[in-house]
Amino acid sequence: MARKSYRQAINEALRQEMRRDSKVIVIGEDVAGGQGASGETGGVGGVFGVTGGLYKEFGPERVIDTPISESAIIGAASGAALTGMRPVAEIMFVDFVGVCFDQIYNQAAKFRYMFGGKAKTPMVIRTMIGAGFRAGAQHSQTLHPLFTMIPGLKVVMPSNAYDAKGLLINAIRDDDPVIFMESKVLYDTEMEVPDEAYRIAFGEANIAREGKDLTFVAFGPMVPRALAVAEVLAKDGVSVEVIDPRTTSPLDEDAILDSVGKTGRLVVIDESPPRCSLAADVAAMVASKGFRSLKAPIGQVTCPHTPVPFAPNLEDEFLPNPRRIEEAARAALSWR
Amino acid sequence: MQLSRDDLKRAYRGMSTIRAFEERVDKEFALGNIPGFAHVYLGQEASGIGVCFDLSDEDQIGSTHRGHGHCIAKGCDVKGMMLEIMGKAGGLCGGKGGSMHIADMSKGMLGANAIVGGSPPIAVGAALTQKLLKTGKVAVAFSGDGASNQGTTFEALNMAVVLGVPAIFAFENNGYGEHTAASYAVGAPSIAERAKSFGMPAEVVDGSDFFAVHDAMGRALERGRAGEGPYALEIVCSRFLGHFVGDPQAYRLPEELAQARANDPLARFRTKVTEASLLDDADLNAIDAEVLAQIEEAVALAIAAPRPDLSTLEQDVYVRY
Ligand SMILES: Cc1ncc(C[n+]2csc(CCOP(=O)(O)OP(=O)(O)O)c2C)c(N)n1
Ligand SMILES: [Mg+2]
Repeated sequence: MARKSYRQAINEALRQEMRRDSKVIVIGEDVAGGQGASGETGGVGGVFGVTGGLYKEFGPERVIDTPISESAIIGAASGAALTGMRPVAEIMFVDFVGVCFDQIYNQAAKFRYMFGGKAKTPMVIRTMIGAGFRAGAQHSQTLHPLFTMIPGLKVVMPSNAYDAKGLLINAIRDDDPVIFMESKVLYDTEMEVPDEAYRIAFGEANIAREGKDLTFVAFGPMVPRALAVAEVLAKDGVSVEVIDPRTTSPLDEDAILDSVGKTGRLVVIDESPPRCSLAADVAAMVASKGFRSLKAPIGQVTCPHTPVPFAPNLEDEFLPNPRRIEEAARAALSWR
Repeated sequence: MQLSRDDLKRAYRGMSTIRAFEERVDKEFALGNIPGFAHVYLGQEASGIGVCFDLSDEDQIGSTHRGHGHCIAKGCDVKGMMLEIMGKAGGLCGGKGGSMHIADMSKGMLGANAIVGGSPPIAVGAALTQKLLKTGKVAVAFSGDGASNQGTTFEALNMAVVLGVPAIFAFENNGYGEHTAASYAVGAPSIAERAKSFGMPAEVVDGSDFFAVHDAMGRALERGRAGEGPYALEIVCSRFLGHFVGDPQAYRLPEELAQARANDPLARFRTKVTEASLLDDADLNAIDAEVLAQIEEAVALAIAAPRPDLSTLEQDVYVRY
């Protein structure tokens, strides 16, 4: 075991799965880099270096650079999956799914059910999400609610390096299409990550911090923020439980309901515009299935109903920031 | 087309402005004054200026993530651009867009675009407006060699032919889409050949030669203004620097980079006009000096400017929750 970054953990998961199973291939834009160029080939390994070194080990047949053609990337991945391969396709920024969404939600997501259970589509779509990078309105969205509402897709939002590795290995071994959402602000975060391959099952939340007064449910990049605010509140003697569902579909409803059963108070923190967000979804679920446990209205801390603004101060205000999370927590606690 | 001395000065001023602006963006980025990413247009100046030279404010362009040069060529205010790129109040988009989303409708600049292949369909729509309103104006879609492989681009090329709209597809082939060479990613013999197969005239142009780009654009404009339909230009040029500011570029050999610099569009323009005694070095140097002062002023203004007011976060939306 060694300390590894979120980026390294993902890279290691890809490498170990590619070694284990020759059907696993990586396909996307600049996943190798330098194809056809005068200098080094394969030295880029993705714009954030996540697929670094894979080309050197596995070569051009298994680490496939494509033209800038997202519909064809996703369509080809699902066609290959349908016929026996296990592709890991990359859509560099989740914002780019706009150009290939049909191949995801009408095609890959539907094959298993629509073909009467006779088709398998074991593919993973790795993609980067989130604001905080000053990358502007078309490179900063999360869009996880869009995928979560589509039957047939599994949606993964790892919030730390350990989870990223185990969840990606599980995704690659899964027989259904999985959207694997990497948080670009977390790539450099480090923790102890086992060297060997391991799986983390989907639909099993991580209790990131135990507490008894208030429950935070947070997704992906919001988990570290929720933990930081929980730490601040602890200084005031408030004990916050932080639930990281890890996958938005399937969703570990029991873990959330159990926690609210204990604390009676819930704040959901979700990097998404408010309408039809995971915050709204979890709040609705708890209101209908956990009504008896509730001692206060459910708090939802989300982004405003706007595109992501560019200017740093606007973007910081756009994100569920510590101030807004803390305010929501205090509001939930103040209810008698 | 014969260009007057004033025209030549205007062309050089445009290219020099892009050069100075982008060199400064590169520097300010390194100093930490520019948030996010920046993709500079160094080496491609003759393309933007050559294409936009005879366009009016009523002719429109759609641009790309590498859009600063297009903005300048279309007449956007460099102060407003620098403010925008630094994320400051008073920027052309109020600091909400940034480098990849600069737009100015009053100049016919329909927006830089951070989605590769985003602009061609939009330009078809703008060209449809021109056609329906019988303006005799055109709409230009700038796209890269990389964007030429996007499905949206194929659809736009075909629909422009089907609808017979005055759209001009300016494909700037700088040899790379990010870190992948066009020679690998473009399957067709050339982007121009591919455009022709969609049913429109197309030509390959030396994009480091302002005069070649300007002439070719003249042919495209003539067809567009006459209502005869779309046209495509494959403008072959070089990217002096990396894909984004900070790209180490191990995939390009030093010789290739040196070759790109040897084909500098500003230097070629200078040689041509001075050898023909149309302008002399003093004329051009005076322009360079004026431009540098203008960029200096824009940077000083932008650095000193405040961030946008937080109240603008929820401005320009039609509903709040
Ligand atoms: C739909 C989409 N896919 C991928 C990207 C990431 N990306 C940004 S620029 C770029 C390369 C574009 O190459 P080209 O069209 O040749 O333009 P150039 O950068 O050379 O000006 C890529 C892949 C994107 N912004 N949008
Ligand atoms: Mg290019």
